[in-house]
Amino acid sequence: MLTIKDLQAKIGEKQILNGINLEVKPGEVHAIMGPNGSGKSTLASVLAGREEYEVTGGEVDFLGKDLLEMAPEERAREGVFLAFQYPVEIPGVSTINFMKTALNQIREHRGQPALDAVSFLSLMKEKMKLVEIDQSLLSRALNEGFSGGEKKRNEIFQMAMLEPKLSILDETDSGLDIDALKVVANGVNKLRNKNNAVIVVTHYQRLLDYIVPDYVHVLYKGKIVKSGTKDLALELEAKGYDWIKDEVALA
Amino acid sequence: MSVTTIKKNITSDISGAIQQTVNSFPLLKEKRNEAWHTFQQLSMPATKNEEYKYTPVTRLLEKNFSFPTANPSGHLSTLQDFSIPELDANIIVFVNGVFSQEHSSIFSNNSEISILTMEDAIVQQTEVCLKHLSAYIDLKADALANWNTAAWTNGVFIHIPAGTTIEKPVVIHHIHDTRNGQVVSIGRNLVVLEKNSAVTIVEKFDSIGDANHFSNCITEAVVAEYAELNLYTIQNDSGKRFQYGLTQIHQADSSRVNTYTFSLNGKLIRNNLQLTLNGEGIESHMYGLYLLTGDTLADNHTVVDHKKPNSFSNELYKGIMDEDSKGVFNGKIFVRPQAQKTNAFQANRNILLTDKATVYTKPQLEIWADDVKCSHGCTSGQLDEEALFYLRSRGIGKETAQAMMLYAFAAELLDNVKHPVIKRYLDNVISERLHKNF
Amino acid sequence: MSNDNQVLEEFTSREYEHGWTTDIEADSAPKGLNEGIIRFISAKKNEPQWMLDWRLDAYAKWTKMKEPTWPNVHYPPINYQDVIYYSAPKKSDKTKKLEDVDPELIKTFEKLGISLTEQKRLTGIAVDAVIDSVSVATTFKETLGELGIIFCSFSEAVHNHPELVKKYMGSVVPVSDNYFAALNSAVFTDGSFCYIPKGVRCPMELSTYFRINAANTGQFERTLIIADEGSYVSYLEGCTAPMRDENQLHAAVVEIYAMKDAEVKYSTVQNWYPGDKNGKGGIYNFVTKRGLCFGDHSKISWTQVETGSAITWKYPSCILKGDYSMGEFYSVAVTNNYQQADTGTKMIHIGKHTKSRIVSKGISAGHSQNSYRGQVHIMKRAENARNFSQCDSLLMGDKCGAHTFPYIDVENKSARIEHEATTSKIGEDQIFYCLQRGIDEESAVALIVNGYAKEVLNQLPMEFAVEAQKLLALTLEGSVG
Repeated sequence: MLTIKDLQAKIGEKQILNGINLEVKPGEVHAIMGPNGSGKSTLASVLAGREEYEVTGGEVDFLGKDLLEMAPEERAREGVFLAFQYPVEIPGVSTINFMKTALNQIREHRGQPALDAVSFLSLMKEKMKLVEIDQSLLSRALNEGFSGGEKKRNEIFQMAMLEPKLSILDETDSGLDIDALKVVANGVNKLRNKNNAVIVVTHYQRLLDYIVPDYVHVLYKGKIVKSGTKDLALELEAKGYDWIKDEVALA
Repeated sequence: MSVTTIKKNITSDISGAIQQTVNSFPLLKEKRNEAWHTFQQLSMPATKNEEYKYTPVTRLLEKNFSFPTANPSGHLSTLQDFSIPELDANIIVFVNGVFSQEHSSIFSNNSEISILTMEDAIVQQTEVCLKHLSAYIDLKADALANWNTAAWTNGVFIHIPAGTTIEKPVVIHHIHDTRNGQVVSIGRNLVVLEKNSAVTIVEKFDSIGDANHFSNCITEAVVAEYAELNLYTIQNDSGKRFQYGLTQIHQADSSRVNTYTFSLNGKLIRNNLQLTLNGEGIESHMYGLYLLTGDTLADNHTVVDHKKPNSFSNELYKGIMDEDSKGVFNGKIFVRPQAQKTNAFQANRNILLTDKATVYTKPQLEIWADDVKCSHGCTSGQLDEEALFYLRSRGIGKETAQAMMLYAFAAELLDNVKHPVIKRYLDNVISERLHKNF
Repeated sequence: MSNDNQVLEEFTSREYEHGWTTDIEADSAPKGLNEGIIRFISAKKNEPQWMLDWRLDAYAKWTKMKEPTWPNVHYPPINYQDVIYYSAPKKSDKTKKLEDVDPELIKTFEKLGISLTEQKRLTGIAVDAVIDSVSVATTFKETLGELGIIFCSFSEAVHNHPELVKKYMGSVVPVSDNYFAALNSAVFTDGSFCYIPKGVRCPMELSTYFRINAANTGQFERTLIIADEGSYVSYLEGCTAPMRDENQLHAAVVEIYAMKDAEVKYSTVQNWYPGDKNGKGGIYNFVTKRGLCFGDHSKISWTQVETGSAITWKYPSCILKGDYSMGEFYSVAVTNNYQQADTGTKMIHIGKHTKSRIVSKGISAGHSQNSYRGQVHIMKRAENARNFSQCDSLLMGDKCGAHTFPYIDVENKSARIEHEATTSKIGEDQIFYCLQRGIDEESAVALIVNGYAKEVLNQLPMEFAVEAQKLLALTLEGSVG
């Protein structure tokens, strides 16, 4: 589904990604871990098409298309979803209205007719249950005055609504207490199937107790320096990142 | 005296001042002449002039002064009544606009640092002095500024070389001795801070006697890269003082300026404070407090002009108007097209204590750049009745409760005063005022 | 929410959509202004002597006045002798039965989305349609008449209700109030008149639709709304004009008089032709709107969505004379290309316990300049007056400007005034977030802008709100990226 080859990127004059290679197949969950400043969030942002980052080399193939050539909204319409680490607030625009606009533009892209108000509402009700989010929250201005947990749940709700093929969860666990974490993880798990894939970007292992990855990759200084199974995450939890740094230094 | 008469008479004052200018400084003479011509073209500000809408300077001068002026000679036996207790400072005293060697004491002068009277500076530091004099004020706009530029008699010149910090503040006393009649003084200060230098300056206005007196005082400051200027203006004179002040500060990259304007008493106070932020990474704070009683009119007009990107300005002015007093605040923020990523904030808060007290406030944002964060807020109200009641229900007398709350309102400004001795002095003056009068 | 989507669906049209002209034979005065022209207008309208005298008095005052220069707008001097002060579609006559109206005119208004044929209307909105200088049709007159409501053209009111006109005309906006009000008083050609009797709640929205059609013509209409004790009316005003290369002058006056316990809501969607992308042409919109809350507990609320005009100079205001009276001003002003807007409000608190609320949302794009100018004045005897003002600016692009000039004058200690203002731009983060959810950039901007202006748009009656949202999006078209 997603093939990243030797991806390099910088912001301003600062080189952050130094040749990432990654292959994600349908049905898989990949976790990307690493110490602060290793380039995890940059990778997520580059895949979503944030313009501050300049891709300086490499290629990304998404379902046979060149992802790097696409505008951010095209990527979204093709099925790439980024759950933001810091979801923005948009005053005066309700989540419901926002989602309706997004969903109908995506449907149009897929050649599907726009949903009428009734079918939209029933779809929404169904997805709301997944993330245990209240309708009153969705009627409010997007993320405005939401708690950290509410914002993250809203991200997963949007993921449920848009049914992406590839979801990238950027530090979705940050700022969540354990109950909220469970709700969010539970939502993600219910959305998993054999046709979609998830990339979980996280610093800590705790989210991976609930969203169990098939593969774990360690990112350090803009490169994947180690890959393994979920056991690698546990090892990192127990031993910290220093031994990885040492290994890299030795190599 | 009619408007034309007052102008004619002031004009003759000015022409007298220009005659006295030493002819060996043609550039100075030229500057004075130019201002004189502009003064003649401009009319004295009337209330139909937007900038003087609520402040009838010209009418008050007509009513209370006779021009041309002939200042009586002043005499000051001791400075003690007017000095800031325990402040270890360089002190420069002017009595009726004339430098008083007797009461002045300058410690910080050395081969590089100059703290001089303007009179001496013109002779000893001709080049620096004339390069910066009137270089940054907009003389097209205001007749009073031209009057000053053409006719100033003396003032203070401060030049701090690069990398030098003057530890002892410079206190400038403008004292009017009116025991033998009205006094009009035209003062001019010039402050030049080279790269990475720093100084604290206090200007203080006082008087002896009870005749009307007027001061027209301009301070120009040039603040180079990484330099820091702290400028205090303390206006706490008798109800016979009329005052026009213009402070023009020109800032370069990464410089810092803090201004503190305390207007506590006087008949008419008009302060124009104008900061030009002509660089990046600049930080400017403007603090003002006006506590007015009697029929005092205090008018603060401020301008912050952001000309380059990435600078920060913050302004906080608070006022308490008692009795028949009138407060005016006009705060302009300009963000020029180039000045992206500007952060500019302004707040003006007012309390009216009587039915006859008034306040006119006009915050004004003019923004031509899109990537900026700017806000201004202003409020006007009474003391919070709920809070007042709460204090009283705990057994605190009404007067005390009110004083406490007013003090708390004013204290926000004191919190921002950096110099501990100046802060203590101002704190004493303000607490005494609030307890005594409210 | 469905509103927003209607906006998006119709977010396709590319230009000022009301820019066409109608080929209607017009009856015009020669260019220029003098006493003769005023007599001509008055005679054309068959006016009584008192009306002519009033006009001549206004003209005499106007000749002694100077055009104001304080607004933050710039335009070449207007030659007031180069304007046609009277133009009327030929077939209109005073009987104004719908079947007598020129079918071209009915079509004109239908093209604008205004149906003058009552049975076709789905909702109850009574319309007075004014083209160039005269009222051509007023609908639902009879229905309203049953309730004692008078809703007719100004000219009709002069003939049929002279006592009301004489008493209230100029009582809120005096003849010599300002340069443009004086000009209007001298040459106004028509407008709407409305009287709501005691205790009557007007059952439908009343609406005036203004259209400038003829070239070189100034439009000078005058609206007078009188709300008697305990009455209520909601009034809507819409405006459009054809695209023409030369600038056209519009100087209107609106007066609202609210008696005890009366409430008037006045909403405007102003979409005069703004000029082309290079700032050529467009309407000069110099309008005086003022409401007098004369009686205790009366309330006047202004809502405006200003998207059109090359230059807007307009300050809908409230004089809060009655105790406990209340004034509101909700405004969205959008400028793009080379438009200039200087708009805001005055809230003059005279009575005790008076309240006012100001919400102004400015949006500047292109090379435009957008100024908010407002005054809150608490007079000496206005005990316990309250004001809250929120005044925000949104900037799109780095060639435009946003300016705020609020005057706050407080002469009574018991007043409580709060004024907040912010300036910001549409955040790149906000746009990226929308893009990441598959929404294209123009839609994202429309969403964000409508969200920003929501507090004001919510004040508009439903139909107007939809139109207003469409206009916001259209006005800002092409201003991003």
